[in-house]
Parts: sequence; structure tokens; C-alpha cells
Amino acid sequence: MTKLPRWADVVLVPLISLLLAAIISALVILAIGESPWEALKTMTEGALGSPYAWGYTLYYATSFIFTGLAVTVAFHAAMFNIGGEGQAQMGGLGVALVLLALPVWPHWTVALVAAALGAAVFGAAWAAIPAWLQAKRGSHIVITTIMFNYIGAAVIVYLLVSVLRPIGQMDPATAHFPPGTHLPTLNEMPVLNLIFVKKVPANVSLFVAIAACFGVWVLLWHTRLGYEIRAFGKSDRAARYAGISATKVIMVSMLISGALAGLMSINNVMGESGRLLQNSSEGAGFIGIAVALMGRNHPLGVFLAAILFGFLYQGGAELGLWTTIPIELRTVVQGLVILFTGALDQMVRMMLGFFFFRAPESPVTARAA
Amino acid sequence: MDYATFLQILDSTLRLATPLLLACLAGLYSERSGIFDIGLEGKMLVAAMATGAAAYLSGNVWVGTLVGIGASLIFAGIHGVASITFRGNQLISGVALNFVASGITVLIAQALFGQGGRTPPLDGPARFSELTLPGAEAAKAIPIIGPFYAEVLSGHTILVYVGLLCVPLTWWVLYRTRYGLRLRAVGENPASVDTAGISVVRLRYSAVAITGVLCGLAGAYMAAGLQAGFGREMTAGRGYIALAALIFAKWRPWYALWATLLFGFFQAFALRPDVITRTFGFDIPSPALDALPYILTVVVLAGFIGKATPPRAGGEPYVKER
Repeated sequence: MTKLPRWADVVLVPLISLLLAAIISALVILAIGESPWEALKTMTEGALGSPYAWGYTLYYATSFIFTGLAVTVAFHAAMFNIGGEGQAQMGGLGVALVLLALPVWPHWTVALVAAALGAAVFGAAWAAIPAWLQAKRGSHIVITTIMFNYIGAAVIVYLLVSVLRPIGQMDPATAHFPPGTHLPTLNEMPVLNLIFVKKVPANVSLFVAIAACFGVWVLLWHTRLGYEIRAFGKSDRAARYAGISATKVIMVSMLISGALAGLMSINNVMGESGRLLQNSSEGAGFIGIAVALMGRNHPLGVFLAAILFGFLYQGGAELGLWTTIPIELRTVVQGLVILFTGALDQMVRMMLGFFFFRAPESPVTARAA
Repeated sequence: MDYATFLQILDSTLRLATPLLLACLAGLYSERSGIFDIGLEGKMLVAAMATGAAAYLSGNVWVGTLVGIGASLIFAGIHGVASITFRGNQLISGVALNFVASGITVLIAQALFGQGGRTPPLDGPARFSELTLPGAEAAKAIPIIGPFYAEVLSGHTILVYVGLLCVPLTWWVLYRTRYGLRLRAVGENPASVDTAGISVVRLRYSAVAITGVLCGLAGAYMAAGLQAGFGREMTAGRGYIALAALIFAKWRPWYALWATLLFGFFQAFALRPDVITRTFGFDIPSPALDALPYILTVVVLAGFIGKATPPRAGGEPYVKER
């Protein structure tokens, strides 16, 4: 099959996948007796219609940038890190342990650096065991990271119920973080407070996330390590022949991946809830998969896809509030986006190939007809 | 722990192991044919919802079960199209379908019944009734074996026995029939199967369809046997535990039975904290028991207890040479 032009592969394929997912979602909405047009209007208004709405969309997008980057880095080493959820929750534990260690923090910048370190170390640690098992024992990373999601959830439940819960408190959560750990939200920052007048959850970690996008871009395309990761991901045998250590690439890429997933906790645990709750990541680890697929494993793509999913998430919540369409619609849309961009991408390419090269040249293109 | 309590725990072990067993055998067919399936969870969930809804609307549990199997087959079909016909990433397809299932079940149940994403409670002929095995009453008099027969083996719904029967049946199909030989071969080396003039695509689709049927039964059991009606996320990770059990069982039917019984035992044990305290003299936190199946699976995967070798062609789309 003749290859599609590069621009079509990079831009058209994800857009058409997205369109297909949107069409099916519209059919689902129709099938449950609601109006897709009304739904879209509610979502757009509630997620993009005002600075206040953007404040929520960007808050969700921040988490998704981190988890999307986490999946991206691992993908480039041909590792499918499905454990972002567990690593993010462990990152939350890191944030909580670090912030609760001092009774008062001098300034939020100090607290942010310390908490980010805690989040990254805990997230990386939770990715380290599956990575080591993959590198040394050949255990499939997908299965081990799934298992670690559940083990992580159990560890957190145990710690919250039996160890970290303050005496006299009923709900399983840690104590509130001490003073000096509050991250400035967009409405509390100079200049930005002219745009965001109402209190919004999006906070300074948004800028950390953007910096992380840049960092990952530099790492993957402008460092020796990034070259090794990408070479290994393209062909592990060629990489080994060129003297690249498989163990090193698997370990390092998974540790970076886990650290990035863990870092999302500075947004939700430190920035928003101010204490560690059960299931703190709320599925953001899984959405990272969709974000990375949609963003074609490039930091810029991840950034855009994260905003798209932030829109979807916030818009979905608005649907739950203002219409009779359940909030779970966003889970369906998310699943459809993953399905079309990640598993049926070949189908989309075949469809496109049919339009690009009218005369079918090979059996593959012919079948798409 | 006295004998009566022990029997109670074994009884609920069998109850809780059944959906795991059915889903585990479902995964076995798919993965033996070379199609990884992490979408067992999603298929069980849609089947449970469809069973709950159809059984309530028709008042007949068998209608419900058939609709449940149908729903599960649709999802299996999408997975087949994505991973066999379009040679997509099987893992991503499975993850995606789990998400779709998690959302769409609530959407449909809410649209049909408006009860917050549940289906109305089932009773009478809309649920599986408990069967008493012949001679269960009479056998109680026999020491030790009698109560075991009457309390543990007897008194389950039909799908429990169907699940147990599926084990020897799967063994027979896999190791004693021509279909089974081809199925195992296509998971190890599809090119050789193709060379022998057998359609790889058809074989894999048939395996995925069997997976759909068995997941459908697992879901139907969840909604109309174990519980009375569908509730959101009611499978609660059982599809993943079944996946863990499949690896623990090294993709073999009899091992699958023991693995799911073991994991079912953990679940049953976790439900009885009082027994744990009495038996061990200290508390085992229930999260530890919840995590145990996953930890054991990681240990097995790591090759510290035996070696779990997956079917060699698993996860790789088959491209015919041209």
C-alpha cells in the first residue's frame, strides 16, 4: 500500500478518528433519546464559554498533560505503560507524606519543589518494579502494570483507613496539608487574575505541565538518552547491536514515565483537594493513554489532546449537571477515541488511502472499498 | 475455624469463583488463538447490564441470559474486527472497549429505567434459582463428606455447574479435538496453520466468539445469579482478576479452575473479617486480601514460581505473506 503523505498521517488520521468517535457518540445520545446538538452546546458553553469554564477545563488538562506525557515516553521505548493510574495515586501518596512532614511551610514555591520531588519519586518507584521485571525477567509490562494499579489502590486504601487518617475523622483521607502549601490558582496570579475573576481550580501546576512538555520534547529529540529510547522503541535488536543497553532503556524510560504520572498529583492532590483522598487520580492515568494516542506521542500533540480531553471532561460534568444525559457519556467518548485512534487507526488509514489513491493498487486498499 | 464456618466460606468461594472461572476460560480461548483480550471486564459488564435489563423486561432469566450473551458478542466482534481484520493493537482495543462498556452500561440502564444507572431488582423467574443436588438432604447425615456435599456443592444456580463443566469440556476441546489442535497452533505459529490450508482469520474469529459467549455467561451470572440486578461497575475488576488467573494458570483449563477457586477463596475470606481474626489471632487488613491475587500473579509472571509462557504469537496481528 502506498504510504499516505506525512501531513495526512499526522493531522488527518487523528482528526478523522475523532470525528468517527464524535459521530458514534452522537448516535449514542440519539439512541437514549436526547439531542446531540443540545449536548454539544451545553458542553461547549460549560467548558469553553467563559474564563470560569476554562479554569476547570485547564485544571483537568493539566493532569492529562502529565499522564499523557507519561504514556508517551514509555511508548517511544515500545513500552505500553497502562499503570499511570497506580503511579499517579502513589505520586499522591508522595505529595501527602512530604507535605505532612513539616508543620508549616515557609513558601508555596518551596513546598511545590518538595512535593513535586515526592510525587515523582513515588510515581517512579511504583513503575520501577514492573520495569525491572520486564527488563530482567521478561514479564509483560502491560499485565504487571495493570496488577500494580490494583495493588497500589489496595495499598492506598489500607494506608488511608488504618495509618494516615487523623484520629476522630470518619472519611478515609489524610489530614489537610499544613499552611504554606496552597498553590496559587489562576485567579490568584497577577495579570491572569484580570481574566480569571472567579475562583477556578486550575493552578500554577499548569505551567509545570507545560514545562514538562518542553522537557520531554528536549529529552526525546535532543539528547543521547532520548535517541537511545527511540532507537530501542523502533527496533530493540538494532539498538542492542548498536550497543544500547536494553535494561537501561526500559528502566530509565519507565522511571521517567512513572515520575511524570506521579507528578500529576501536584495538580489534584496539592493544588485542588489539599489532602490525599481515595482514588485521587479519578481515571486520569487511563485518560493519559487516550491523550498520548490522540497526540501521536508528541509533546505538542499531547498538550492539544489534553486540552481536548479537559474540554470533554468538564463538558461531560456539565452534561451531568444541566441535562438528563449521565456524566458517564464522557467515559464512552473517551473509550471511542481510544478505540478509533489506537486500535482502528489502520481502518482510518485504509479509508483515507482510498480517497488519496482512487485506483486501488493493492488488495489492502481494495478491501477498504 | 470450625468445620461449619469453613464450609460456609467454601460455599461462597464457589459462588465468587464462578464469574472468575467463566471469564478466565473465555480469555483462555482468545489468548490461545493469539488474540490478547484485556476487555474481559467490559464484556462481562455489558452482559450483566443486558441480562439485568432483559430479564426484568421479559421476566425470564433465560431471555436475559441470551441478550447478555448477545451484548457480549457484539463487543467481542468489535475486538475481533479491530485486532484481526484491521490488525490494530489488541491491548489498546481491549482498554478502549472496557471504557466504552463502563460508560454505556450506565447510559442505557439510566435511559431504560431512570434509576441512577441500575436495573430494577430481579426476583422469581427473572433470576436463576438455586438447584438442590439429588440426595443433598439425605447426605447430610454422613460425617464430613455429607455436609460438604449438601452445603458446598449443592444449592447453587445452574451457571455455577455450567462453569465447572466448562473446565473438562475446554480441556477436551483444546487437547482432544482437531479444532483445539488448530486453535493452539494458531496461537503459537499462525503461518504454519495457514500453510496447512486453514484460515487463520476464521479460526481466530471463532475463538473470539467463544470468548464472547463465555463472558456473556459470566455477566449473566453476575446480574441474575450472584446478585439480583445490574449495578454500575458491578464487575468491580473481576475481568482483570480473571486475566490474572489466566496467567497464574499458565493458559491451561484445569489450572484455571484451581486459580479461580484460589482467588475466589481470597474474596470469600475477605468478606469474613471475624473469621480471619479468630483463625489467625490478628487482623489481616482486607485490602491485603484484595491485593493478593494481583501480587501472586506478578510473582508468577516474574517466573519465581514456575514460568508462565504466553502463546508465542499472542498480540501479533497475522499478515499473510504476499
